[in-house]
Amino acid sequence: MTAGSVRFGIVVFPGSNCEYDTHHALCTFPEAHPYYLWHKDRDLQGADCVILPGGFSYGDYLRTGAVARFSPIMQEVAAFAKAGGLILGICNGFQTLTEAHILHGALRRNRGLRFVCHPQYLRVERTDTPFTGRMRVGQVIQVPVNHNEGNWTAGADRLQEIEDRGLVAFRYCDAGGNAIDAANPNGATDNVAGILNEGNNVLGMMPHPERVCEEIVGGIDGRALFRSMIDSVLERRGG
Amino acid sequence: MPELYEQLGLTRWEYEKICAIQGREPTHVELAVFSLMWSEHCGYKHSKPLLKRFPTTGEHVLQGPGENAGIVDIGGGVAVAMKIESHNHPSAVEPYQGAATGVGGIIRDIFAMGARPICGLDSLRFGEIEPLPARPARGAAPDGGTPNGAAGGAPALAAPVADTPPSEAVTSRQRYLFEQVVAGIGGYGNCMGIPTVAGEVYFEDPYAGNCLVNAMTVGLVKRDEIIRSKAAGVGNHVVLIGSKTGRDGIGGASVLASQVFDETLEQKRPSVQVGDPFTEKKLLEACLELLGADLLVALQDLGAAGITSSSSEMAAKGEVGIDLHADRVPLREADMESWEIMISESQERMLCIVAPDRWEGVKAICDRWDLDATVVGEVTDTKHLRVFFRGEMVGDMDAEALTEPPTYDIPQNRPAHEVDEPLDPEAYPAPEASLEEILLDLVGSPNIASRRWVWQQYDHQVQLNTVIVPGGDAALLRVKKTGAGIAVCTDGNGRRTYLDPYRGGKAAVCEAARNVSCVGAKPIAITNCLNFGNPDNSPTAYQLAHAIEGMAEACEALGTPVISGNVSLYNESFEQPIYPTPVVGMLGVMSDVAANCTVGFKSEGDVVLLMGDATPVLDGSEYQKRWFGGPRGRPAGRIPDVDLDDELALQSALRRAIEARLLRSAHDCSDGGLAVALAECCVAGKIGVTVTLAEVPWVGGSVGCASSAGAAQGRTSAAGPLAGRPDIAFFGEAPTLAVVSVAPQDVETFEDLCRAEGVPWTQLGAVGGGDLVITSIGHEAEGLGAGDSGSGQSGVRVPVVTLDEIYESALCRALGE
Repeated sequence: MTAGSVRFGIVVFPGSNCEYDTHHALCTFPEAHPYYLWHKDRDLQGADCVILPGGFSYGDYLRTGAVARFSPIMQEVAAFAKAGGLILGICNGFQTLTEAHILHGALRRNRGLRFVCHPQYLRVERTDTPFTGRMRVGQVIQVPVNHNEGNWTAGADRLQEIEDRGLVAFRYCDAGGNAIDAANPNGATDNVAGILNEGNNVLGMMPHPERVCEEIVGGIDGRALFRSMIDSVLERRGG
Repeated sequence: MPELYEQLGLTRWEYEKICAIQGREPTHVELAVFSLMWSEHCGYKHSKPLLKRFPTTGEHVLQGPGENAGIVDIGGGVAVAMKIESHNHPSAVEPYQGAATGVGGIIRDIFAMGARPICGLDSLRFGEIEPLPARPARGAAPDGGTPNGAAGGAPALAAPVADTPPSEAVTSRQRYLFEQVVAGIGGYGNCMGIPTVAGEVYFEDPYAGNCLVNAMTVGLVKRDEIIRSKAAGVGNHVVLIGSKTGRDGIGGASVLASQVFDETLEQKRPSVQVGDPFTEKKLLEACLELLGADLLVALQDLGAAGITSSSSEMAAKGEVGIDLHADRVPLREADMESWEIMISESQERMLCIVAPDRWEGVKAICDRWDLDATVVGEVTDTKHLRVFFRGEMVGDMDAEALTEPPTYDIPQNRPAHEVDEPLDPEAYPAPEASLEEILLDLVGSPNIASRRWVWQQYDHQVQLNTVIVPGGDAALLRVKKTGAGIAVCTDGNGRRTYLDPYRGGKAAVCEAARNVSCVGAKPIAITNCLNFGNPDNSPTAYQLAHAIEGMAEACEALGTPVISGNVSLYNESFEQPIYPTPVVGMLGVMSDVAANCTVGFKSEGDVVLLMGDATPVLDGSEYQKRWFGGPRGRPAGRIPDVDLDDELALQSALRRAIEARLLRSAHDCSDGGLAVALAECCVAGKIGVTVTLAEVPWVGGSVGCASSAGAAQGRTSAAGPLAGRPDIAFFGEAPTLAVVSVAPQDVETFEDLCRAEGVPWTQLGAVGGGDLVITSIGHEAEGLGAGDSGSGQSGVRVPVVTLDEIYESALCRALGE
């Protein structure tokens, strides 16, 4: 496969473990050119998009993502975010983005106090973003969760602000699209599964879209997300 | 005060032998090293002579037992490394860390071969997590004794079985152990990014004081990039990579693994190691990077007995010597003695042999991963392991003498509870309960119910290879590079093996193979973990020897050599040995991963068939345990022997039918018998089925003859042996049976295939509706009213949603969630 033109820099922290999967999933898109960024680097190598993958950076020994945020590359990631670059944080990557204050809120331990790994329905809340442009508002997609600390929350004031500005990208829901408590795998406030920054150029989400890009390993509902990112970059270039 | 050598687990005879080898009294370091290397855990001194019985070679085998892991060629330049290992005693003492470090240890064994671990499996045994339903022990053994196992007086093997249920203290401890072991496995495997895809868990009284935690890892390696642990090149560096060395796990191998548990259990807690999966993840990536850059001569993980066993094994295999400088080992605690450094079982460490001109490269990669890498010794031509500490030689031992401990031929006696004849069902009259009641009881039994509670705590998808997730007969993974499939599972049934170790061992191998055949893969190799009691007791020795014989015969017939494994003896507590539990880890391969099959029924109208004609028995079944086994659920009787020719034919037919895409579903008929197998197919497929057992050979009717096609195999009978016992027909257990479903238009082709393979089959009914309906005498299913009850009833009708609710919630309920 010839490499595409949309450059995806995948950050590898010690303890990351979904970097290969993310790379593999992106390779199924001819327009994508995924490559790895080492946590000690200070150069994003011309990335169009940066992905912070899932895993257990630094073992998650202190607090999830709490050590990774101090990696040298995170300064570049923060600057990239400020400059409007597309950043996707998946699972541990989401946790790291909140620790770095690039995204709102914090991820606490699942309310069931157990690790959860299972398919999960998500309701799409926004489609006017670079991550969800190829989805429909209210669409229900199935993307697996796989975490021990996915219980997102934020302070009461902040919560109001987040809702007012419509920063919630995905909510946990049942098959019918109802964001009910029984469909919430970890106790996240308001069933929040993924949130955006104010500029809509940074998305953090607990579910793993890279795991559902091929039918044989469980589905293709994650493709729309990467497709949206690629199209958004290409459109921006075209314009 | 016993002598020091006794405290270290050596006998006087062994100690004298060590003195003879050394030509003097051993030094403190030497005694510590010998005691560990000659322990059962490291040295296999009781089991080695018996293990020779296993077939270990074959066309696919690239590496048999004796290395960190076994390796088989799966074609396309790709090979699979795999091994299973026990961490029973550490888990009984500290379940979270015991299980976690068990997983960590077996993962290191796999990447020590140069393979990237692609999945883990875990076979677990605990005592009962909830009391068995209060039912009197029913029936009478042939000698008039109880079905609790004693044929002719008190069994020599086991302490008399209590006739009271296990106390709340015992069941609550089992729940704690179970929850913590699962958390420990997940805590380590999830962090490593290695999916945990399959395994087993059983709850039986004899494991209450001695749980079993057997962890298996499977890895992929390019055929030409395999590395081994043989040290070579006099003058080469011996390099230690990974964690610093502390006092954790000192004496673990001899204290924990090779002694019987007693009331000092809590005092043994400091001997359990603590896991650090983050360091292991870095170690894994760094080692694979070092191998990719061709910087290593040999690689070996540090497991039981730490640097002692790894260095002496590397030296012995290479027929070279190694000089170790214990004072160069990076320490966590500065004041450690030389012998402590030598035997510490600190986790997440690897030993490698590096040519001096490659050392800079090794150091650079380890620095990049923030890992310690230290030259702690060098390869010599002495064939001795020599230990230096602060300029002084504190130990000098022949490497071969360390790795070749004396072996023992152990006296064997058949356990008193074993009987020659199966139970006479007449002596075990059917319970008053309805078949429906029995079915729901079994579906909700902790041994049968859904394991979702377990595997949802494991990342079972990372690496993007998992095609069939946990919960099926076997997990299926794709090989991205070749499009092939790898099917894996573990199997072992202690209850059955207790009744007949030879047949039980054979059945474990066959069931594991059947499970991978049910997803469409051809079994090609096994790894095994032999969990037994104290081999100094002759009935245990008998069980070990006979289980090995049964397994070996099955492996020969199936063409699945044993490529690696582990023996765990002394699994006893408070005088009660565990059920003898050989656990088989099976590997199957298929050329096209897309041509696979799963358990659940798929579509309305599909025809349901039974493959095989073995007659189910009560003996050793889950039904017997829960309805006739008394408060401790003890088995009785004798399990049927597997007919290996029938087994081979059945599995071949399953694979051919799946490859030809004739099967919509396939499921091995195992715990709980045919009725439970049908229930599981319904629950997995979320659809009902209506079947009759009237035609199955053990009830009545003609075998191998579909009622419509009428193509008889020539084996017919008018009324089967269980015509009057629908309960045993429904819930009895037998090997070599599978339930499949086939689209109506493919039935004829499928039956032709069965005929060609020599496999008897019976049409049972059709998929459809929302209920599981089973009749045994062929009358109209509609005739089964809700009012029917009692042993006279001949069928069941249960909504699939009810089955699903019970099946999915039973473990949570037992755990009080």
